[in-house]
Amino acid sequence: MVGKTIKKWWPIFILPTLAAFIIGFLWPFIWGIYLSFCKFTTVQDVTFVGLSNYQKILLDSTFSHSFWLTVAFAFLSSLTINVLAFAIALALTKGFKGTNVFRTVFFMPNLIGGIVLGYIWQTLINGLLSKWGQPLLALSARNGFIGMLILLMWQQIGYMMIIYVAGLNNVSPDLIEAAQIDGATSGQILFKIKIPMIMPSVTICTFLTLTNGFKMFDQNLSLTGGDPGKQSQLLALNIYDTFYARSGAQWKGIGQAKAVVFFILVVAIALIQLKATSSKEVQQ
Amino acid sequence: MKMRKLTAMGLAAVMAASMVPAIPVMADDAAGKVYYLNFKPEQDEAWQNLSKAYTEETGVEVTVVTAASGQYETTLQSEMAKSDAPTLFQVNGPVGLKNWKDYCYDLKDSDIYSQLTSDSFTVKDGDAVDGIAYVIESYGLIVNKTLLEKAGYSLDDIKSFDQLKTVADDIQARKDELGIKGAFTSAGMDGSSDWRFKTHLANLPIYYEYKADGVEDTDAIKGTYLDNYKNVFDLYITDSTCDPAELSAKTADDSRNEFVNSEAVFYQNGSWEYGELSKTFADDELAMIPIYFGVDDENEGLATGTENFWCVNKNAAEEDIQATLDFINWCVTSEAGTKAMAEDMGFTIPFKTAQASSNIFVTQDAEYTAAGLIPVSWNFTTMPSEEWKNALGTALTGYAAGTGDWDAVVSAFVDNWATEKALSE
Repeated sequence: MVGKTIKKWWPIFILPTLAAFIIGFLWPFIWGIYLSFCKFTTVQDVTFVGLSNYQKILLDSTFSHSFWLTVAFAFLSSLTINVLAFAIALALTKGFKGTNVFRTVFFMPNLIGGIVLGYIWQTLINGLLSKWGQPLLALSARNGFIGMLILLMWQQIGYMMIIYVAGLNNVSPDLIEAAQIDGATSGQILFKIKIPMIMPSVTICTFLTLTNGFKMFDQNLSLTGGDPGKQSQLLALNIYDTFYARSGAQWKGIGQAKAVVFFILVVAIALIQLKATSSKEVQQ
Repeated sequence: MKMRKLTAMGLAAVMAASMVPAIPVMADDAAGKVYYLNFKPEQDEAWQNLSKAYTEETGVEVTVVTAASGQYETTLQSEMAKSDAPTLFQVNGPVGLKNWKDYCYDLKDSDIYSQLTSDSFTVKDGDAVDGIAYVIESYGLIVNKTLLEKAGYSLDDIKSFDQLKTVADDIQARKDELGIKGAFTSAGMDGSSDWRFKTHLANLPIYYEYKADGVEDTDAIKGTYLDNYKNVFDLYITDSTCDPAELSAKTADDSRNEFVNSEAVFYQNGSWEYGELSKTFADDELAMIPIYFGVDDENEGLATGTENFWCVNKNAAEEDIQATLDFINWCVTSEAGTKAMAEDMGFTIPFKTAQASSNIFVTQDAEYTAAGLIPVSWNFTTMPSEEWKNALGTALTGYAAGTGDWDAVVSAFVDNWATEKALSE
């Protein structure tokens, strides 16, 4: 009965979302790819220029700088976030008193938006740097990079921790008990049982942290704004900067072309990573 | 069952309907309408009132939308792509015009153009008049006269850079005795404040160089007066309320608050600050003096000019263009319009029928000019790009904090000028 109704009425249920997806995502995406081959000021009034925008990316040294900076940032941040999130998740599944309070506290930062966090951390970090007599965030690319790393870790560890906690709770106590009876050490239990059993969580967490690292924009904008002189500018901010901050119509197309390159890059990395980690997942 | 199906269909229909953008109620298009994308958030309310008054008087619909501070260019880009695009927008000068010149209606034959007091208040593309300035502003050093007198000086003691430096150094040395934090408010290099130095102060070396060379723009700046630029900037950061290393995080609000709280005597800013400052200070407590640059101090006036040019969207419907031209002409010629611009917005407008503004910095500018001082023109409209200003700002911040040297500033000023000019062609 229910199946029949759904068969008959499915378009009504799927259409609103589909329409929203096409209007809000698919069409802008296709149009955006076309724009990367154009010169324009407003997005409706364009002149086709072929591949020249893509050639100009190669000549733009800020793009390659922010590219390598972003690669370093994404890998470093996903490594630290996952290791720490997993460690905290392990600690918080031991059944201590007040575990839920800690879980909540660790998760909280994730509820605050990136722009706000950026400004708050800017004040905090600058206060500390000035106390230590170190150059402030806007003056040192190194401090800016570390600042962004700390900010992103603080924000995301709680979220990844929840995923790991859920994974760890699903590891059957029978398996662990059996291993203990067989005389396995706690290290062996961790590496031979727990980690293989939560590989799906690892997959999703590395996927999320890697892509978040690559896409990071608001925290970058508000914490360092790319200062000094674009030295702490990650790719997303570099694209935004090219599109909006430069005068002259040619820059819009170049910014758009950068965005397309950026898209291909993120998709490629996400696919490789998914394939690599999901192949390690085991069936329970 | 039937009821449930109906409910489901109803819900789905509501969801689908919410996806369709609201269809605007069609106004009577024959009369034309005006859509003004306003640049100055501080004047939003005044514009809303003025547009309402215009609609009451003429029946023409005027919509004024104000872009968020610092978001004008982005807002304009997305608004211009819409079918109901702004009919009236603004550019900040020749460099800003590069983005928009294909959208500008030629104002050569318009009424408002004939009302201008001087042809220099326009931006042109060839012969076409693309933009018309609607406000003239001045900047310089705002002085807290009460504190200056407390320190034993008067405005007559400051007539040149050397005198300014002597007075400021002395005030700085006696700051604890005077109960202040420094002679100058913090020269904040945060994005909200750095334009005061990378744009406004940087105008002076450009102004004097253009003047010496007899040009109005150049593809390669020489940086003849950069030493003077350094002297003034050094003065700002040494005789300051804070350690130069902290400037990178100081904001425009920090600087203004220091002045409002009487923690510093001098504050580099412009006539647009009058509204905020007059909340705290009486008119006779404030003065604005030229930023003495050590080049031609006895003749230097306030830096007076504009970076606000009105442009009319040439892609708008013909009746909308006409309605817009009528509206801006009304703003600068009618009693109600000129009064609102002078009093509510505090503008000095470069049109024949302008009314006197109550802004004392504006009055002072007129007095200086009447006394024979030459206003410093706003040449930063010829700066190659935002990119150039930003690089200069970064170099200045580094120099102030001691992480960079002055050579980096010189290179950002001179070398980058040529690079960016070449790029923006």
